[in-house]
Amino acid sequence: MRYLTDRKRAIGKGASGTGTEHHWRMTVSAAGLAILAPAYVFIFGHALGSGYERAHSIFSHPLAAIITAVTLLVGLDHFRRGAQMAIEDYLDGPRRKIAIIAVIALSWFLMACGLFALARIAL
Amino acid sequence: MASTRNTVKRPLSPHLQIYRPQMTSISSILTRITGNALIAGFALSIWWLLAVASGPEYYGFVNRIATSWFGDIVFTLSLVAVWYHFLAGLRHLCFDAGLALDVPTAEFLGWICVIGSLLLTVLTLILI
Repeated sequence: MRYLTDRKRAIGKGASGTGTEHHWRMTVSAAGLAILAPAYVFIFGHALGSGYERAHSIFSHPLAAIITAVTLLVGLDHFRRGAQMAIEDYLDGPRRKIAIIAVIALSWFLMACGLFALARIAL
Repeated sequence: MASTRNTVKRPLSPHLQIYRPQMTSISSILTRITGNALIAGFALSIWWLLAVASGPEYYGFVNRIATSWFGDIVFTLSLVAVWYHFLAGLRHLCFDAGLALDVPTAEFLGWICVIGSLLLTVLTLILI
């Protein structure tokens, strides 16, 4: 008699080894971005091309800064997981790992750039 | 345990070229293309944001690039991409919930994504 439950034995046996975690994270970030993406397009679209003072004052506003910050984090997390899915479809072996690492590095780098900019503008 | 090295060559993605193009597959592929392509526009907007943080002089330089013909092309295509990905993402959430999975509805929603993204792009360009 086995004392492990069926569920316990099944966990981690899927192709990903991580169950539905990836899919669920994509679902959550997609739901968030359904609101954030249009909001960011609106804010950025209004600021782009305007004079320095106006652009600076738009992103100094707490609401604009907070929406932009959340969009950066959620958007780039969504990007890196989506890009990872594409990579896993078309590359294997070491090339797959290198490509995934590169995408994660790019996402984090852009997050840091954006958050640094926002902090410098808004504070 | 895994004593032998796993040298099995696992198959990669379905070979796109062996399928007849259909609205369902094309609209799905477009979702992936737009999603990945959006990194270009997003990166450009983050660079622009860094310029805002860096002072008027650098801002002038980056803002000129971001509003040049090059910036206009990148951001206009990004608008199409963001609206397409937005609509296709909503459709995906419906699919996940088990809704709209019959072929006529799925194909109809594909057309909604394509035409809707173009309409929303024009609307955005007018409003902003």
